[in-house]
Amino acid sequence: MRVGLEHYLFVSALLFSLGLLGVLVRRNLLIIYMSLELMLNAANLALVAFSRFNNNLDGQIMVFFIITVAAAEVAVGLALIVALYRKRQTAHVEDLTSMKL
Amino acid sequence: MQDILFYIFSALTLGCGLLVVANPFSRNPVTSAMFLVLAIASLAGLFVLLHAFFLAAVQVLVYAGAVIVLFLFVIMLLDLKAEQRRKIRKFSLITGVIAVGAIIGIFAKVLLGSRLNTSVPAATVEGGTIPLGKLVFTQYLLPFEIVSVLLLVAMVGVVLLSKRELK
Repeated sequence: MRVGLEHYLFVSALLFSLGLLGVLVRRNLLIIYMSLELMLNAANLALVAFSRFNNNLDGQIMVFFIITVAAAEVAVGLALIVALYRKRQTAHVEDLTSMKL
Repeated sequence: MQDILFYIFSALTLGCGLLVVANPFSRNPVTSAMFLVLAIASLAGLFVLLHAFFLAAVQVLVYAGAVIVLFLFVIMLLDLKAEQRRKIRKFSLITGVIAVGAIIGIFAKVLLGSRLNTSVPAATVEGGTIPLGKLVFTQYLLPFEIVSVLLLVAMVGVVLLSKRELK
């Protein structure tokens, strides 16, 4: 069976689910962030696959912008984590409950 | 040949992704970051198989280079020794697996139910630097400029957040 669009989409869906599992189950802020990166990359893979099988470059431009925005997001998010750690001495989501009623 | 490479790269991506999220041997964030590098590099291999050569290079340079280095810097900065001993709660594990199983079910139903065109078209467009550059600087010029402003804003924000105290 030749590898087609649905194979790539299946890999992308599985990768996205892995990232979601990490966000839901893990309690370390940094690991949650890495899982977010996995989910972004899964979306990128789906976009590139669609772009290839429709013979259209617009999907790849979209991925180009997603990578840029993801880099900016990682920089700001990690700065926030460092600022939070400086104040609370923890990078664990269960210790960050000051907004809980 | 390409099909074999697809299976190798996708198995590598998914295996390394699983080890990022749930590594049975080590709870150390550094290990997770290293497996994230491997997952991203094999994803770049998948991009090459999809004729997206420029994006594969950018993936390796930006993600495996810059983003992971940033992650490693922060992990080393934070000193998370005490974090490793914490257990994952049973309840959150069960609910997470149920939620993810439901999502996978939805994906599978959509993918199996859709009539996708299974024939592989000949690659008439290649994702090289020249065609992508032409598109970015003509049709997508405005988003490109907006993204540059976004990067500037992110840089200012990071500098501001990293200051010890705001005056």
